[in-house]
Amino acid sequence: MKDITILGIESSCDETAAAVVRNGREVLSNIISSQIDIHTVYGGVVPEIASRLHCENINGVIRLALSEAGMTFDDIDAIAVTSGPGLVGALLIGVSEAKALSYALQKPLIGVNHIRGHVAANYISHKELEPPFVCLIVSGGHTHLTIVKDHRDFMIIGKSLDDAAGECYDKVARAVGLGYPGGPKVDRASKGGDPYAITFPKGEVKDRPYDFTFSGLKSAVLNYINKANMQGAMINVPDLCASFQNAVVEPLVERTMKCAKAYGIKNVALAGGVSANSALRAAMKKACDENGFNCYYPEPVFCTDNAAMIAAAGYYDFLAGCTADTSLNADPSLKL
Amino acid sequence: MKILAIESSGLTAGCAYLEDGVLKSEYYINNKLTHSRTLLPMIEEMSKLSGITFSELTAVAVSAGPGSFTGLRIGAATAKGLTLPFDIPIVKVSSLKGLAALIPSAGTLICPIMDARRGEVYCAAYICSDDGEGNYGYVPLIEDSAMSIDDFLSMVENLMNDKGIGVSLFTGDGVPVHKALIKGRLCEKASFAPEGLSRQRAASIAVLGAQELEMGNVVSSDDFVPDYLRRPLAEKEKEEGILEDPGTHSLKKIQKGEFKRTRHPL
Repeated sequence: MKDITILGIESSCDETAAAVVRNGREVLSNIISSQIDIHTVYGGVVPEIASRLHCENINGVIRLALSEAGMTFDDIDAIAVTSGPGLVGALLIGVSEAKALSYALQKPLIGVNHIRGHVAANYISHKELEPPFVCLIVSGGHTHLTIVKDHRDFMIIGKSLDDAAGECYDKVARAVGLGYPGGPKVDRASKGGDPYAITFPKGEVKDRPYDFTFSGLKSAVLNYINKANMQGAMINVPDLCASFQNAVVEPLVERTMKCAKAYGIKNVALAGGVSANSALRAAMKKACDENGFNCYYPEPVFCTDNAAMIAAAGYYDFLAGCTADTSLNADPSLKL
Repeated sequence: MKILAIESSGLTAGCAYLEDGVLKSEYYINNKLTHSRTLLPMIEEMSKLSGITFSELTAVAVSAGPGSFTGLRIGAATAKGLTLPFDIPIVKVSSLKGLAALIPSAGTLICPIMDARRGEVYCAAYICSDDGEGNYGYVPLIEDSAMSIDDFLSMVENLMNDKGIGVSLFTGDGVPVHKALIKGRLCEKASFAPEGLSRQRAASIAVLGAQELEMGNVVSSDDFVPDYLRRPLAEKEKEEGILEDPGTHSLKKIQKGEFKRTRHPL
């Protein structure tokens, strides 16, 4: 079969990214222009600033992705772009640019769901991975337990009923003064801490064995800090972070294992920004080993937002003939 | 000289095609659909009917602002995507000048106003002149700015008195909102643009773009960004100390809900 080369474009939050990927798995280039230092000053992503920076950087990022891959636009078979979910103003830059490029070049356009992109990041890091597999998707905006039945066929088994896991990390990080982004900072701060030092609620949802809840955990952590502050007690930050992480990771792993067993699926994958978290990776790997499952997670660079994963997901849409036309719009709350 | 013009700074969206000074086609839409869904399909349709080949374009003229931030960026990213593969230059045209240039009325002070929210309008004032050959010039006497309508009307009044200008003409989507006020302040010295010429049109962006192009005023596809006229609200608030660094916020404040904002509505 002829090689298919896809240019991926991603601008859903605070990274402007472009990548060239061959046959959905081989990354020829992966360029990410991160705005994180700018948004850190504000304690979170400011959509207007993010959108302006996307507009400034997008051409340069695309050019670099092509030149690093040693390619020109002529060598590209299709353009895949994140059309949602994300910040609407930010998404619109990638979508508008990709649509115009695709039209000017007369190349097919593919609108990609960002969350499906995160799942496809696993195909890049694990060339042998094929559906079906259980995939736990954890990011700043999503906590979804899914079964990937086919490359384009997802079944949602469980999800968070309130905060996403990543969101919870950001809030706890801010409360203990670690700042933004919360995930990597809490992860680092928890090193050497005792995960059983403080008991936090593990977020059981009555009669819904596969769903998650993190709002109670978040409140418990904030209350713990508040109480300590009022009593003038010292907070052991490593212990607090490790205990908090444990309370997040345990239900995630437990429900993923329950799902894999119930559906008789031996391959288990992690996806999304929080899949870079060392505690989650270690716990999932251990649980998989104990149950005789194979455990997959993307390399760290493909866990956070990138365009290679968008091109990888777009590849399967391309094969299925699912392309978009010039009226493709950004959808900030696009469903999985 | 082949120029494709894009207009998406306000509620209307449009595109136009100008070849050697002649307007060959124009597409205009004024409905509630987002520009993201209409702009490129319009360009596609117009190009098909007009036989436009993108690689042959001399330049793409863009209504570069001021205007709706998102609208401007949809136009900008579309222009960047169309020009990137062929290294076609982009010509920036003021969206306010584009509005003024729809009105051929020598000796009139033309005042385009657009709603800018936060109690302000994007506004400018151009004195119109003509050479008797159908060529009109628009010289800015008030540069593109954002201010309250009251301040703007005071400036217009002073300008008319100082320069002995008899008539001013108001145009743009700010007119319906402020018409009564303008009439009250300027009485018979104020007039208004007619339907069809009172909102942004890509045709005037194309014509003004051709003039800018002749003067060599182009930017590269990579360097082009809109002229927002305003900084992001968060940046301004931060500088003025309204938005404190959340990192320095005490936990108590966070828990009381005094600082909850992580994402700024703009």
